[in-house]
Amino acid sequence: MSEGIGAPVKRKEDKRFITGAGRYTDDIKLENQAYAAFVRSPHAHANVKSIDKSAAEGMDGVLAVLDGKQLTGDGIGNIICGWAITSKDGSPMNMGAWSALATDKVRYVGDAVVAVIAETKAQAKEAAEAVVVEYEELPAAAHIDAALAGGAPQIHDNAPGNVIYDWEIGEKDPTEAAIAGAAHVTEMDITNNRLSPNAMEPRSAITKYDAAEDHYTLYTTSQNPHVARLVLSAFYAVAPEHKLRVIAPDVGGGFGSKIYIYPEEIVCLWAAMKTKRSIKWTADRTEAFLTDAHGRDHVTTAKMGFDASGNIVGFHVSTKANFGAYMSLFSSAVPTYLYATLLSGTYNIPNIYCEVLACYTNTVPIDAYRGAGRPEASYVVERMMETAAREMGKDPAELRRQNFINEFPHQTPVIMNYDSGDFEGNMNQAMEAADWAGFEARKAESAAHGKLRGIGMACYIEACGIAPSAAVGSLGAGVGLWESAEVRVNPVGTIEILTGSHSHGQGHETTFAQVVADRFGVPLDSVQIVHGDTDKVQFGMGTYGSRSGPVGMSAIVKALDKVEAKVKKIGAHLLEVTEADITIEDGQVKAQGTNKALGWHEIGLAAYTAHNLPPDMEPGLKEGAFYDPLNFTFPMGCFICEVEVDPETGKTEILKFVASDDFGVIINPMIVEGQVHGGIAQGVGQALLEEVVYDESGQQLSASYMDYTMPRADDVPSYDVLHHNTKCTTNPLGIKGCGEAGAIGSPPAVINAITNAIGNNDLSMPATPSKVWAALGAAKIAAE
Amino acid sequence: MTSISMTVNGKAVTADVEDRTLLVDYIRESLRLTGTHVGCDTSQCGACVVHVDGKAVKSCTMLAAAAAGSEVTTIEGVANGDLHPMQKAFNDNHGLQCGFCTPGMIMSGIDMVNRYKAEGKTLDEAAIRAELEGNICRCTGYHNIVKSISQAAGEM
Amino acid sequence: MHNTTYHKASSAAEAASLLSGADDGALLAGGQTLIPTMKQRLAAPSDLVDISGVAELKGISVSGSSVTIGAMTTHAEVASSAELRAVCPGLADLAGHIGDPAVRHRGTLGGSVANNDPAADYPAAMLALGATIKTNTREIAADDFFQSMFTTALDEGEMIVSVSFEAPEKGAYAKFPNPASRYAMCGVFVAKGAGGVRVAVTGAGDDGVFRSADMEAALSSNFAADALDGVTVSPNGMLSDIHGDAAYRANLVKVMAKRATAAA
Repeated sequence: MSEGIGAPVKRKEDKRFITGAGRYTDDIKLENQAYAAFVRSPHAHANVKSIDKSAAEGMDGVLAVLDGKQLTGDGIGNIICGWAITSKDGSPMNMGAWSALATDKVRYVGDAVVAVIAETKAQAKEAAEAVVVEYEELPAAAHIDAALAGGAPQIHDNAPGNVIYDWEIGEKDPTEAAIAGAAHVTEMDITNNRLSPNAMEPRSAITKYDAAEDHYTLYTTSQNPHVARLVLSAFYAVAPEHKLRVIAPDVGGGFGSKIYIYPEEIVCLWAAMKTKRSIKWTADRTEAFLTDAHGRDHVTTAKMGFDASGNIVGFHVSTKANFGAYMSLFSSAVPTYLYATLLSGTYNIPNIYCEVLACYTNTVPIDAYRGAGRPEASYVVERMMETAAREMGKDPAELRRQNFINEFPHQTPVIMNYDSGDFEGNMNQAMEAADWAGFEARKAESAAHGKLRGIGMACYIEACGIAPSAAVGSLGAGVGLWESAEVRVNPVGTIEILTGSHSHGQGHETTFAQVVADRFGVPLDSVQIVHGDTDKVQFGMGTYGSRSGPVGMSAIVKALDKVEAKVKKIGAHLLEVTEADITIEDGQVKAQGTNKALGWHEIGLAAYTAHNLPPDMEPGLKEGAFYDPLNFTFPMGCFICEVEVDPETGKTEILKFVASDDFGVIINPMIVEGQVHGGIAQGVGQALLEEVVYDESGQQLSASYMDYTMPRADDVPSYDVLHHNTKCTTNPLGIKGCGEAGAIGSPPAVINAITNAIGNNDLSMPATPSKVWAALGAAKIAAE
Repeated sequence: MTSISMTVNGKAVTADVEDRTLLVDYIRESLRLTGTHVGCDTSQCGACVVHVDGKAVKSCTMLAAAAAGSEVTTIEGVANGDLHPMQKAFNDNHGLQCGFCTPGMIMSGIDMVNRYKAEGKTLDEAAIRAELEGNICRCTGYHNIVKSISQAAGEM
Repeated sequence: MHNTTYHKASSAAEAASLLSGADDGALLAGGQTLIPTMKQRLAAPSDLVDISGVAELKGISVSGSSVTIGAMTTHAEVASSAELRAVCPGLADLAGHIGDPAVRHRGTLGGSVANNDPAADYPAAMLALGATIKTNTREIAADDFFQSMFTTALDEGEMIVSVSFEAPEKGAYAKFPNPASRYAMCGVFVAKGAGGVRVAVTGAGDDGVFRSADMEAALSSNFAADALDGVTVSPNGMLSDIHGDAAYRANLVKVMAKRATAAA
């Protein structure tokens, strides 16, 4: 069987994981290793009056008890947000200071105040309990409405009214005029529930300071070790970039939460230098709930206008976005350029206007979580379409079909230019697989045994491979969003691919190798993917936003182009033909029209012995490339969910879930389908199960798996995952990306199905049994 | 401190441990068998599942001292040769992504197949999903984990 | 976890003596609740007396309709006992749905009963079956044993040895699990035995397991799910939390009672 592009090759990386040989950060034990534990604020909002460290300092095994004044005194900088957003009135966003250890004020439960370094983990935790912090409690604002209300507690002095920015996109007046003149207007209040990413591997860091070389090493659970190094050096000044090595070994899932640089890594690096000890910190799950960046938490009011024949004429969206207590690394981009730019969905919408009010609250910082802005956009658009169809008495599929974009490229009113797609094709495929036409008969069967059956659809579109760098720079990004790759062909012909992408479950060691195998016909086993170490890979932007396929692999292709050119030159020289006569296939360099050929290893050897190379050619066979995308890519698809609701308990069972996606060219369908499965489960989790709940005082009521409902095997069905692909026109492989699609398209499909089943459209996520039961009761009362 | 002896993956081991030492910490920190993971504090995620005297248990919810005298098997010890059929099935069916929950899934998978076989019951998809209540995966959406266990059940 | 001293008891008598000799000792059964509680530093016993391996505290014996289950019998053992299933399938089914398979391999009936977690399953069964809780010093009727959440009639140093009950003519348990923890959000055990009908509810009440006199009365005159249609379950006294309010739990009490009755 082929091992190239399109082959469902089994994963090369699996062997170590299924045998217990994987090496995650917490599995590493350095010599001379001590442990850190953090004293965290039990209050959502309080002034720190005093810190008494004396008891802790005297305890067994304690090496250091470190506070925020020492940290800032040593010149360690504040944690920053790397994307500048400008408000409607032209003013810059209001970024509040975030010290890795709070100095005079704490702003959420879990805010780190003191770090204790001790010989053992138990000693560190015990000493942390002995640190006495005197707080002066302040009123807290735990929710968006509380933070934006008049007289709300002021969380950061430089953000009056707790407003970070008040941003807009699109044309306001034409949109409002279009809606005013519409034959039908659908208006909804839509909440996107707050989630905790919950990668199964808790965050962890181990730091080392080598006094002899004045050099630092950080092992960490990161999706982007190079960005971590850049930020740690350039902004936090913990260690100079050229003297800091960041290694992200095997990482147990990320989903966005491991993009950011957190206080713990900063403190552990700083403490390693101060104590001259290696230091390990690993979060427990409750600490993860209290400190890992959360996702979503939007409150939106939307109005969509239609003409008399059902064509959309205008879409007006007002969103309030919760940022938590501090601005995390990419937080500002999520409810703006990753959200509002997708509000055209898969539809022709001539007028779109969106305004976003971003605010602080006394809660964990919020940043990108799988999908990041796009699930929120997809949820708004697809709940609106479904509701509009119901209000206008139209078939929800037909209303969508009527408004689909059919011609490409398509310029939306909100920046994006869609390059390709066949939206109707995906919808047809999904409807057929779901037996959409047979639904009424199945509904009657359910009714016969006392159950309520519903069907729901969502047609999502998203944007991946955030790009091009110059464009995102003009929109406020503090970094370029390209990717790098280096191809090293060794003298024996084996190949190492160094990539700035980072795999934490995505299977890069297999798919990236498939691209090389496809190109040169070499065996998959002769290709090694090297990633996650700033000493090995020069620079890279990491993995998030489904960018490893469209951006990371494109960089590899560019580097392969250069290798191929050199190989052809060497081959032509050795085989005494012209370059145009050289072909590379099956791991051989062949002279067309002859029986002359060289093995791949012979080319490698020739390049490195340099005994007989073309004149003026440098020895060696190693090429690098940086790839800056021309455009975003636009994966899209149609999801259909069919549910059965138990009216007595309100419990929803998902009976069928069909996904028809357009991901462009697929390298490994097995891995792509796995990505879709996982994404759907997270989307189903958002729709049915998951919510981070805060009480009014800012205490998190859902900070363990006793109260935060993770999707389990019996909460989800088997999924029907189908593809109807159109090639992306803006990158060399034609890839669109697949990592987030499942999480983006599924929440509206699930909620559209449940509201269809229960006959009440007023239902918010998560649609827990108790909420569905209450909504059924309300529907019953309304009917009476 | 207590001196404890047990058999881990077929090898006799003896160590002095603090009485409060959890079995998982003993396995990971003292024996340096790091395939067994910790993903939660409340006995729910199942990343730490090992077999004690042939039965799946959560090693984060058992003291090492309580396992003294027992036979403990971890992910590192399940294969008799190259790969256990359950391990192979996870590779065949793409039953893992980040791999963090995988050792616990495999240990629970082996346990459930053994129990169902002993009782002569059929391990169908619904049964596998119910049996996985104590193992949480965030990557795979469970689809391929269910397929993996189903395949191994036919091969074990 | 705070430090502690571990003792492995080989007999009930040794366990009692170890416990009485400890400063602030605790019995360690399967540890499926106690160990997580200690990990969260919410409990810090000076000594742990492990009774999980005490042979005299283990085992299921069935004689006619009389059932005795040793305190250290695991949930898995209760669930898979053919003898028990033959006379009281409802209890075997209940045990088979406590926690998850790994928890059932360690967790014990005695540990669950002694802890009296307001969302645990066994207390509902014990109460509905009118079980007798036998300790190392006395016998206590279930009606007297479960006092309020996490509180039982057990004195300090007292240890459950076994529970015994007469298998009911009909008996079944229906549970609606909390979506997150999978503990009972509401669990109802319905039993029709020589002493009449008993209905016990766990998970829903704000003070732990309780019996429902109204439902018992309704089922006494007609042991059928329909008989509960006319019963109103008041939200007063029901738990209200992020997973469901009191009205929802009151609804679940009735729905689960009907399902248990239908299954019995």
